[in-house]
Order: sequence, then structure tokens, then C-alpha cells
Amino acid sequence: MIYRETGDFKTSYADDQQIFPIAQDRFAFLALMAVAFLVVPFLIDDYWEKSILLPFLVYALAAIGLNILTGYCGQVSLGTGGFMAVGAYSAYKLMTAFPSLDMSLVVITSGLITAMVGMLFGLPSLRIKGFYLAVATLAAQFFLVWLFNKIPWFYNYSATGQITAPERFAFGVPVTGPATDPWATYLFCLAFVVLFGLIAKNLLRGRIGRSWMAIRDMDIAAEIIGVDPLKAKLSAFGVSSFYIGMAGALYFAVLFGAVEVGEAFGINASFEVMFMIIIGGLGSMMGSFLGAGFVVLLPILLKTVLVDGFDLGTAFAKYIEITAFGALIITFLIAEPHGLARLWAIVKERLRIWPFPH
Amino acid sequence: MNMDAQLAAHLSGGRQAGGTLLEVKNITLRFGGVEALKNISFDIREGEIRAIIGPNGAGKSSMLNVISGFYHPQEGEVWFRGEKRRPMRPHQIARQGLARTFQNIALFKGMSTLDNIMTGRLTMMRRNMLWQALWKGPAEAEEIAHREAVERIIDFLEIQHIRKKPVGALPYGLQKRVELGRALAAEPKLLLLDEPMAGMNVEEKEDMSRFILDVNDEFGTTIALIEHDMGVVMDLSDRVVVLDYGRKIGDGAPAEVRANPEVIDAYLGVAHE
Ligand SMILES: Nc1ncnc2c1ncn2[C@@H]1O[C@H](COP(=O)(O)OP(=O)(O)OP(=O)(O)O)[C@@H](O)[C@H]1O
Ligand SMILES: [Mg+2]
Repeated sequence: MIYRETGDFKTSYADDQQIFPIAQDRFAFLALMAVAFLVVPFLIDDYWEKSILLPFLVYALAAIGLNILTGYCGQVSLGTGGFMAVGAYSAYKLMTAFPSLDMSLVVITSGLITAMVGMLFGLPSLRIKGFYLAVATLAAQFFLVWLFNKIPWFYNYSATGQITAPERFAFGVPVTGPATDPWATYLFCLAFVVLFGLIAKNLLRGRIGRSWMAIRDMDIAAEIIGVDPLKAKLSAFGVSSFYIGMAGALYFAVLFGAVEVGEAFGINASFEVMFMIIIGGLGSMMGSFLGAGFVVLLPILLKTVLVDGFDLGTAFAKYIEITAFGALIITFLIAEPHGLARLWAIVKERLRIWPFPH
Repeated sequence: MNMDAQLAAHLSGGRQAGGTLLEVKNITLRFGGVEALKNISFDIREGEIRAIIGPNGAGKSSMLNVISGFYHPQEGEVWFRGEKRRPMRPHQIARQGLARTFQNIALFKGMSTLDNIMTGRLTMMRRNMLWQALWKGPAEAEEIAHREAVERIIDFLEIQHIRKKPVGALPYGLQKRVELGRALAAEPKLLLLDEPMAGMNVEEKEDMSRFILDVNDEFGTTIALIEHDMGVVMDLSDRVVVLDYGRKIGDGAPAEVRANPEVIDAYLGVAHE
């Protein structure tokens, strides 16, 4: 089939406002969902689960969250790691306090708690912008990590200071703890990403998304046309933190099962998610996924090629990895601020008019 | 289309200027030591096109900024629709039925023409975040209703061809048109235009004049506009306020103002286009 929008006329505004206005895109999306839900669960093994698919899904959720705040609403944040920690510790406290609570509710409630915390730390954005806001969120990052280390109540007074996920169930199937099946944890995370990915898209294409983008592009004009900056910025902080909190909860409870806050949710985590949206594309849902996939896969690829293929040391491979990320960030910031998502759009544009050059 | 014919049609419409829509009383605005506005009073009547003119730095934009709530004058009052306006934020003033364009275009550069104009309807959209998250149902219905209104504005301004284009890449004249569209989408009672024709060629100016007249005629929108081109001002406006160095030096019908010696002095005394 040829990739075209010709002959695919929109007869109503409802059609025109779909998430995928082009028919082929819709089919491609449905096919992808069919494979993801119906085929992958039968093929997945431990390696694919823990090294590739779960990290991708969890980081995609976090990247959507940060992209809402930074890419769509224009508020820079270096607090992502700290907000993920809020999600993780909320999940831990909920899991231990209410052992029979279904894990899906645990994750969503953790997201809601993080949303509250996010709005609190978003308050300075009403006064300060850009660099100064970045510094304020950085302070939030360090404060939150310090808090979870300092107050033993958060880690239930465990001797190590770590938090460890006990076995808990979602719809009767264990998704946390030592004895989980790869297909179960995978489907659990996938369901979250697909459901909340669609919800994010719905928010972004309507009133709320437009008020965020208006604040991002020209806050003075936004206010003149009737956008309340307080509501727009705080809702962006809230929704963004909701996603990041859920990502933190899944990261701790489902992906790793045990974490130490400074190690898992330190400033590095903030930068990692930031890299994802820069490489993937600021202000693009597609970019959140491409960026998460890229940042998860590149180190695995480099390790396979350099360590296993060329027999170079792991330390050297790590060094190459860091250098590669640095170079990529600079390249994207200068040459293509809209990231991989824009490159993807250009390829699609070419396909649409193929075989004609213009 | 011929401007004079337009104008004749406009005047023969015999619009009656209604009661007072907005009145500024004894406005004084200072920036540090600079007095940008000195004790300015004038009114805008329902249904009229009111021009504010004056040399560069006269305080015209400052006046619009006071009316739209960006600047808070040290002295004076703004009365809107018969009530003294309490101090409020610009987004609250927008909800009272006031929209504007800017001297330096202030569009949302990362958004399409359609989305830019849709933002003009934000204050009329009610569905909360949960409905929005669901999309199907009330949120979509609301979106479509407002889309229809926005499409009428797009047709009116003849910008169908750039509907899905990001506005950042559009030529200047079209950007000005989109910005007018965004303000119109809010269905304001009072529309403030800060130099809507600055930097346009003759043809673009004629188009823009036609749109302004049509908005005023067809929708009955009251318009206050700042403009440097005296020809345009004389053709478009019902009444003119003249500012110079923050003072009001003239107020009245275009012909009257043009004959005012103080106005002539102000314009001759200053290098001007
Ligand atoms: N935010 C501000 N801070 C300090 N001074 C200001 C500010 N805004 C305006 N002014 C000063 O107020 C005076 C009037 O400026 P204003 O922009 O209102 O003039 P204008 O009549 O719109 O001129 P122009 O035709 O150049 O647009 C000028 O001296 C200007 O420098
Ligand atoms: Mg001005």
C-alpha cells in the first residue's frame, strides 16, 4: 500500500481532530498494539523484560511527563529524579500499609501523590523562569532525595535504608516481588503506558494542551487571550508529576524491586529523562517514545558491539557511551531541536509525496 | 476592492454610535521619572472605530496596555460597561470581553494557525480535565462547536490555505491576519489593535482595512486602533484621540483633528513616516 493522505478526505472536524488523521498511521498503530499485547507476551524472556522492554516502558512514561512540562508548557525542570522518588516511596508506603490494595491502584495513587508534590514545587514557576526555575527544581531534586534518606519512616526503618517491594498483585496476578512472570510485568507496564499515553494525547490536543503551549510560546499573549498562568503552569506541573510519579512507582516496584534513593533517583535520573526528550523531540509525544527507546537501547548496542564484538573493556564502552550522549545532545540542540520526532516526520513527508521529489 | 466604495458603504450604513463602552478618566502612568501618560481622559462609544494617533513615543501603546490591564496607572480610573474596573489581571480582563493584538506580533510560534485561533476561544471552553482526558463525548463535542466558529473566522480572513501551517514560518502580513483572527475568536466587546498595518504594503493595508471595517459592520465590534498612516486613520475611524509626549492634544472627528493646529505642529515637529 502506498502511504498517502490523498483520497482520504476529512468530512468532519471530528475526523480531522483524530490522533492519527492519516488512515495508514491508524492501521500501523493498531497493528503495533496487536503485536505488543498479543504476540510479545508469548515471546518475552527475562532478558528482554528487565533490560529492554520494561526500562523502555517506564522511561517512556517519565519522558511523557517531563515533555508535558518542558516540551509543551516550556517550564524547565531538573527535578525529575526527585519526583520519581516521590512516586517510588509513595508506592512503597502504600504497598506495605495496604497489602491487599491492587497494584494498579497503588501506581495511580502514587502518581496522584506525586502530582500534589509537583504542584507544590511548581509554585516558584509563577515568579521565575528559565535558568532560575531550573535551579529551583534542582533544589527540589536534592531536597527530596535528602528527605527520603533522612527520615526512616519513609523506608519503614529498614536497616539498609533501601526499600524493597514485597509480592503484590494486579488483577490477581503477581507483578511485584521475587516470583513474577515476564509477561505479567510487561503487560502491566504496557497497559499503563498505552492508557496514559492516550490520555496525555487527549489533554494535549484540547483546551488544556493549548493553554500550556500558549504559555510556552508567548506568556504575555497567552494571558491577554484569557489563559490564567497560575492554572496553566500548576496544571502542567501536576499532570507532569503524575506521570513521573507513576514511572517512579513502576521503576521501583516492578522493574527493580528494590532501590536506594540516591542511586536510583539522583540527579543522573533527572538528566537521563531530560536527554530523552531532547533527543526524542521537545513538544512531541512521538519524541517521548523515540527518546526513551534510544536512550535505553544505545548503551546495550554499544556494549554488544564494543565489549562482546571487539572485546574492549566495559569501562571503555561506558566512556564511549557518555561521550556519544554528550555529542548527540549538542548536535540535536543545535541542528534539530525537535529531535528524532522531526526526523521521523521528514521521512513520512518524503514517503507521502514519493516518488515525486516535491 | 476600492477603498472609497467600501468607505461609502460603511458610512451609508448609518451606524449610530451607542452609549459609552469604555472610559478612561485622568490616567497618569509613570515609569520611574518618565511620565508616559499625563492625566489622559477619553471615551470609546459602543460600535465605533476609535483611533489613537500620535508621534513615536507619544504613549499610544502605553494607553492600550493600561486598558488591557498590563500596566497599572499611578492615577486614574478605567470604566468598562458602566462600571469602575477594580484592579485585575489581564486574563480576568480578557474574560470581561476585551481582546487585542500587539505592535510586535505576539503569536504562539510553535502552534498552527488553527491552534492559534482556537486559543482565542479558551475562555469559552468549560470541560474539565477529566472530560478532556476521555476526549470522546462532551470534550469532543465542545471542541467541534468551537472549531466551527473558528473556521468561520478563517473563511472571513481568507486564510484557509494556511490553516495547518505553523505560524512561525508565515510571512509578516499573514501573521498579522492570524493575530487578528485570534483576537476575533474571543468575540470581544472591545477590540484593541496596536498598529495593525505597520510594515505592510499598500495591498495588504487595503485588505486589513477591509477586515477591520467588516468586523465593525458585521459583528458590531467596537474597535480602538493605533495607526501611523494618516490616510488609513481618516478613512477608518469615527473619532480620533491624539497623544503627544503623554498628553492629549486633540480629540474629535477625523477632519476636525486634522485641522487642529496643535496636532499639525506635533506631526511636523517630529520626524515621521
Ligand atoms: N515598560 C516600560 N518601561 C519603561 N518605559 C516605558 C515602558 N513602556 C513604555 N515606556 C515609555 O513610555 C513612553 C511611551 O511609549 P509607548 O510605547 O506608549 O509609545 P507609542 O506611542 O506606542 O510609540 P510608538 O509609535 O513608537 O509605538 C516612551 O517614552 C517609552 O520609552
Ligand atoms: Mg506603540
